[in-house]
Amino acid sequence: MTGAVEAAAERLAAQGESRPRLGRDPVNPAMVHNWVEAMGDTNPVYTDSDAAGEAGHGEPVAPPAMMQVWTMNGLHGTRAADDPLGAMISVLDEAGFTSVVATNSEQTYHRYLRYGEQVSATGRLESVVGPKRTGLGEGWFVTTRTNWYVGEELVAEMMFRVLKFRPPGAEPPAEEADHTAVLRPVISRDTEFFWEGTRKGELRIQRWGSTLRHPPGPMPPDGDLSAVPDYVVAAGSGTVYSYVVHHHPRVPGKKLPFVVALVELDEGVRMLGELVDADPDEVRIGLPVEVTFLRVDEELTLPGWRIAR
Amino acid sequence: MTTVETGTELPSLSIEVTPTFVVSTALATRDFQDVHHDRDAALARGSKDIFLNILTDTGLVQRFVTDWAGPRALVRAVRIRLGVPCYAHDTLTLHGRVAERAGAEAVVEVTGSCSLGEHVTGTVHIELPEAA
Repeated sequence: MTGAVEAAAERLAAQGESRPRLGRDPVNPAMVHNWVEAMGDTNPVYTDSDAAGEAGHGEPVAPPAMMQVWTMNGLHGTRAADDPLGAMISVLDEAGFTSVVATNSEQTYHRYLRYGEQVSATGRLESVVGPKRTGLGEGWFVTTRTNWYVGEELVAEMMFRVLKFRPPGAEPPAEEADHTAVLRPVISRDTEFFWEGTRKGELRIQRWGSTLRHPPGPMPPDGDLSAVPDYVVAAGSGTVYSYVVHHHPRVPGKKLPFVVALVELDEGVRMLGELVDADPDEVRIGLPVEVTFLRVDEELTLPGWRIAR
Repeated sequence: MTTVETGTELPSLSIEVTPTFVVSTALATRDFQDVHHDRDAALARGSKDIFLNILTDTGLVQRFVTDWAGPRALVRAVRIRLGVPCYAHDTLTLHGRVAERAGAEAVVEVTGSCSLGEHVTGTVHIELPEAA
């Protein structure tokens, strides 16, 4: 999921600046009056011609902090199709980070707006950082840049950052599944002795006369149909012949990543098993290991390996 | 306002954050997110009540500085970072001091606190009239 979010962020950031989108209304006294009344802002340059003139504006101007208001989408507004913030929010919604809170706003005003001016805005995605643990929950910080224009003239800029987070209680299922929910081996007449051995803490190797064979099979390597096998109990020590580190996908009962080793036993046969309690970085070919028995339930005990210390 | 220099303190401003204040500022900034006007929706989303929106914080921080600097001062930038939410029925108190003064330009540091702690911190860059 992390990869999908990062890939979308990279793609949207590469799109650059969206097309300019016009605010619905020109800068107008009705919206300014509502704003200054609600804020309790009594600066007369926004509403009084004389005061605006004395302050050098010539005529009333809009409060600079209203810049973003002119291009807000409104009650039933929708985002532009090429709005990168909207697209990024959809990606994060789908990834389960459904809540949003604004964290930073940095606005720079190149000049004050006059009544009647028509503002347009462009947006671009700057960065998406996460996932981070925050007081609100796990989330991503999405940073965008907005430029406001009157015609071709850049009048203001903003860096805006929101946290898109997963509200507490909406976490996905825990990474660690039930330890007993393993993939169970098929136990046949030919392999029954092996699994009986692991239950008793013995690592048994099938023997045909003087020949050892693993995995166990129905006949000896020379194909003698009349031969009957027995087994020897391995000493339980060997070295890593080869190995893989499994990162993905998840496997029932396993915490990722884990190491699966092909171990060459002292007796000469090779056997697969999980190399437990091992840091993938310390595993190497030739590493001495010893057997361990991983009891799943009464029926099943899996052989595994641990580093011989 | 006679002299503005580094360290000059602004008179503090306390604002009663009534539900009416939260709703009227949210709508005046054309921000119709439900958590700013619908208490049931805010509770359902894990909030204690409706709370101030960020466009209002930008507006309040600007107002706080221009109340002090006067109508001839020009606001060049408002940069804010949000901390704890400011819910309805709380009181928001703004404090500020001049952090830099160079020629006509000054940078004012602003902090707005409510009962939960620091709600907003930031800076306002202004251009002062001559002789300020």
